[in-house]
Amino acid sequence: MNPKASLLDRDSARRNHPGLIRPSPKTRIVTTLVLAAMLALALFALARLEFSFARIGNGLGQLATFLGLMLPPSAGGHAGLFLKSLGETVAIAFLGTLLAATIALPLGFMAAQGMIGGRATRFLTRRFSDTIRGVDTLIWALIWINVVGLGPFAGVLAIMTSDIGSFTKLFSEAVEAIDRKPAEGVTSTGGNRLHVMRFGVLPQVMPVLISQTLYYFESNTRSATIIGIVGAGGIGLHLAEMIRTFEWDRVAFIILLILAAVAVIDFVSSRLRIRLIGARRVEA
Amino acid sequence: MATAVTRLPDHQIAPYLAAYDREQAAKSRAGLFGLALLLVLILVASHVAEVEPAKFAANIHQFTSYIARIFYLDNGQFVLTDPAEWFWGWRKWLVHIGDTLLIAYLGTLLGAIAAFLVCFAASSNLARNPASRFVARRLLEFCRTVPELVFALVFVVAFGLGPMPGVLAIAIHTFGALGKLFAEVVENIDMKPVDGAIATGAGRWQVIRYAVVPQVLSNFASYSLLRFEINVRGASVMGFVGAGGIGQELIEAVRKFYYSDVSAILLLIIATVMVIDLVTERIRHRLIAGEARR
Repeated sequence: MNPKASLLDRDSARRNHPGLIRPSPKTRIVTTLVLAAMLALALFALARLEFSFARIGNGLGQLATFLGLMLPPSAGGHAGLFLKSLGETVAIAFLGTLLAATIALPLGFMAAQGMIGGRATRFLTRRFSDTIRGVDTLIWALIWINVVGLGPFAGVLAIMTSDIGSFTKLFSEAVEAIDRKPAEGVTSTGGNRLHVMRFGVLPQVMPVLISQTLYYFESNTRSATIIGIVGAGGIGLHLAEMIRTFEWDRVAFIILLILAAVAVIDFVSSRLRIRLIGARRVEA
Repeated sequence: MATAVTRLPDHQIAPYLAAYDREQAAKSRAGLFGLALLLVLILVASHVAEVEPAKFAANIHQFTSYIARIFYLDNGQFVLTDPAEWFWGWRKWLVHIGDTLLIAYLGTLLGAIAAFLVCFAASSNLARNPASRFVARRLLEFCRTVPELVFALVFVVAFGLGPMPGVLAIAIHTFGALGKLFAEVVENIDMKPVDGAIATGAGRWQVIRYAVVPQVLSNFASYSLLRFEINVRGASVMGFVGAGGIGQELIEAVRKFYYSDVSAILLLIIATVMVIDLVTERIRHRLIAGEARR
């Protein structure tokens, strides 16, 4: 093809598809305005939240010092204690996730259309789960500590409570996304609502439920590492303490422990997922 | 139309039935084993986590009474009888809520920008060499595995109390989480525009600008908005460790037993989170709809 022809093509392309070569003025103005607003808000936030180069420079210097003190990581003779609280952390995440999934299963059906109860049930369950989800795990931990006292049990309850909200939402979405035909099939053979749910719906949503629960187990292990900061058990208590007393080598040790635990759980849960529901990808 | 189902003679069916029974028995054995294992794990975990159902049952009334108590004012009146007294600190609290939103916004923005810069190096189709890809991925993994509150604790010591360490902690966590998602989006793009841009002699950043970014931008924006939602929640507890926002007020109210303040602040947080959820969901739907029209 000679160069002239391609230039001609370019001109005709420009004429015929102006939107592709250069967006319309309206799009460009809107884009510019949105970006300018975002930038202005960011600048306002920087000023309002007391950012300054001096503080950042100082802080980075401090961080570098801490980083130097973190090496080599060492347990300072408390390896046993740290490992025990790591076990506690994993136990908190495990029980919290399991309890939440169990409780959220019926709630998920209640929050989905046309399963358990009518519109009112659906509305109330949804608002209930929204309210619960609006409150962070750490806040739930504070509340549960008032009930069962300091310790890991409060952590289990906190993880459970905040996950009931998330699971209810996820489960109800999974239930609503099913193929209705198997459910209709069960109805046509004379099955009642319970039969429909057990044989028409549950087999379809089970893979999603299992994979979500396993995923949350992993992410809850991370949450469980910090609820100790408010006294709800697990390794967070020691971590916060070591940071506050500047024992940086122990901080590094604990962080490495957490990373290792999360990696192990990630590995185990992905193996378990493949074992239970096959290798196919489950759309979340 | 009636169709006759041919039934094999009994002696031919027998082995199939036996095989079926064996399969079913193996399946239920595996199921039982799994259940037993789960039960053992639950027992072990309950022991480790000091789960005491008796204590729970004995104290559960405290949960309901606590929830009830936070809805009564100091003078013993139900909160709704005197909303002005209930939300006495609304001016101060709204400012803190605003700060919380700013922390979440700035953290999300900084994290998303960093994630944008690194995601191309972490994706399997655009990374220039395996080594840089490995480094980028491990970095992202580290940033999202360490909980943001841990970063906040460390940063509070390094940068001093206030919202700045909170912003940085959220930014780092966001960087890790979004970087991974962004890289996955980049891995799923159509490579033809990339080949086309390379064929015209485009450099790396030109390829990214003209062949990749148009394909991924709406997904990036959608994920960032989702992250913003999550970060608003995260920012609401940053104050627990002294890193700014409404959390400081909340933990003080809880620790000092200012019951009605607890409910007032919690309601403000819940309302804020719900409004943010609604707004970002709207925007995300529009983004997705805009994407579908193209």
